[in-house]
Amino acid sequence: MDILLSNLPGLLIAIPLLGAFITPILSRAGDSIRTTWILIITTLTSLCGLLVASRVLESGPLVYAFGVDALSHVIPPDSGGIPIRIIFTIDPASAFMLIIASIVGFCITLYSISSMEKLSGKDGFYTLLLLLIAGVYGMIATGDLFNFFVFLEISSLAGAALVAYRIDKGVAAEAGLKYAALSTLGGMLFLVGIGLLYAQYNSLNMAVIADRMQLTSLDIIAFVLFFTALAMKCGAVPMHFWTPDSYAMAPSAITAFLVVSSQASLYALFRVCFTLYGGQINPLTVGWIIIILGVLSMFVGVTMAIPQKDVKRLMAYHAVSQTGYMLLGVGVGLAALSSTCLSQSVGMMALKGGLFHIMNHALYKGLLFLTAGVIMYRCGTRNLNQLGGLGHSMKWTMVFFMIGSLAIAGIPPFNGFASKLLIYESTFLFNPILAVIAMVVSILTLASFVKVFHSMFMGPVLPEYQDVKEAPMPMLIAMGILACLVVLFGLFPQQVVDMLVAPAASALVDYHGYISAVLGGA
Amino acid sequence: MIDNLPFLVVAGTIMIGLYAILMKKDLIKMIMGISLVESGVNLFLIALGYRWDSIAPIFTGAPSLAMVMPTVQALTLTSIVIGVATLALLLSLVMVIYRYYHTTDVRKVTKLQG
Repeated sequence: MDILLSNLPGLLIAIPLLGAFITPILSRAGDSIRTTWILIITTLTSLCGLLVASRVLESGPLVYAFGVDALSHVIPPDSGGIPIRIIFTIDPASAFMLIIASIVGFCITLYSISSMEKLSGKDGFYTLLLLLIAGVYGMIATGDLFNFFVFLEISSLAGAALVAYRIDKGVAAEAGLKYAALSTLGGMLFLVGIGLLYAQYNSLNMAVIADRMQLTSLDIIAFVLFFTALAMKCGAVPMHFWTPDSYAMAPSAITAFLVVSSQASLYALFRVCFTLYGGQINPLTVGWIIIILGVLSMFVGVTMAIPQKDVKRLMAYHAVSQTGYMLLGVGVGLAALSSTCLSQSVGMMALKGGLFHIMNHALYKGLLFLTAGVIMYRCGTRNLNQLGGLGHSMKWTMVFFMIGSLAIAGIPPFNGFASKLLIYESTFLFNPILAVIAMVVSILTLASFVKVFHSMFMGPVLPEYQDVKEAPMPMLIAMGILACLVVLFGLFPQQVVDMLVAPAASALVDYHGYISAVLGGA
Repeated sequence: MIDNLPFLVVAGTIMIGLYAILMKKDLIKMIMGISLVESGVNLFLIALGYRWDSIAPIFTGAPSLAMVMPTVQALTLTSIVIGVATLALLLSLVMVIYRYYHTTDVRKVTKLQG
């Protein structure tokens, strides 16, 4: 038991990878065995993620090196202070992301079990799903740049294959190709950046590089490459064109997790800005670049969403718009923390708002995509002009959709309000115009979702949807978990901020803590 | 100057690859461009670790102490393997697209817009 507990960070990757590759073999034994296997594996993975996160939140950053039994062997005495092994570094900011991935990962697997029930090709689907989960966990937990690249590629390859999984007369393949090509190009940019840093600092470990960072002109080139690659992967506006296509064409459960995988890239972007280049880059310049990306994403996302007729494409554009809020919050945080005329608390508040919004977004956006998936599953179409009157027969789905759309529009008492309030308040003190833009975007979001709600659920029962039934039980449970969390986080935002978000925000800011956790205070 | 020659080749390869991705109108040619960028990056990593007049990094009975950096070679191997997987996935997606659209011209593969 002890040996399991001390190797939890390793198991975080090992369980889903092992599960993924055993799935096709077990599938030979029958559908029910595979279903049980998938459920066991995801439950274990999520449990593992939550356990690791709770240990980190209790006792500070966790450093785990593969292949050694004692932590003192992480840095061999003859290596000149360089950790040579593959090292996972999980600090409160990673723990925060782990919690998101665990919750959403469990819900989408539960959901896929009924949404995939009547379809073929389940072996490949579940294998890729587990690989996607493993890739995202790896991106969050790793403390090594090259390792991050490998997990980035695992998650983008699995993601692209899943986007194209239901070919849908070639349209999904088109979306998958777009996603795969862009991710590969992004990954290559990232690898060039890694090469540039490795050539100068002789290490791939983030803590070592952060410790030795000199900010030469090569480092700045590497920073630009990292920034571009990760901003592309998280769907910020000038590089957002893959998002609506792949989010709309992927199976709904996958879309909900693609949102988490984009947010893992967002987390890596913040990690690069705050930890890898901590205290070295000009916070005001980089902060404003992030703010501008954020404002553009918010505005372009929401304006593109309003005229959409495909409900999932509409939600995908809203996902771009909500990513803008996270970028805005964290960008303001970065800029305000360095500012002399604003107090530190403004910057911290903005940072907390941005991070809290990541968690809230994963929950309510996941919920919304899952409700869209239910409608697709029961009615066979995503076109808003053809849908209508579903509120009579799908009461629970309607309630869940209502919770999700009120949360995304930032209406109290749902969780979107709590994080948006933090962003509004701090941004207003930093620059009032930004806060006004953020509020206008929120109102447009509300308008757009009112339209969707009305055209899907309201009105008389349409003849073609007369015998539409409520979603099957596993789907309802998966959506119910997310909906409960959306409401709970909205009712008790202060407790969540104190317990999860504040440690994550201070861990991001405190790059000395990250370095000394790995290098042992050297 | 001669020391920097590998890096100039790297820059050239990546530029040709990017040109193919941005300017060519055929999906297969664009994927060739992606593959060229990959090769350029792999060459970059290998060139970083190379030292003149050095030997392979095997310590047993080594004639001199100047050795080629092995880490980047390990990185490149990993990156080549990832590259093969990506290329296979991209090309198989193009095959699917060709089966349904009967073309690989990007100007005609545009069902997803707006």
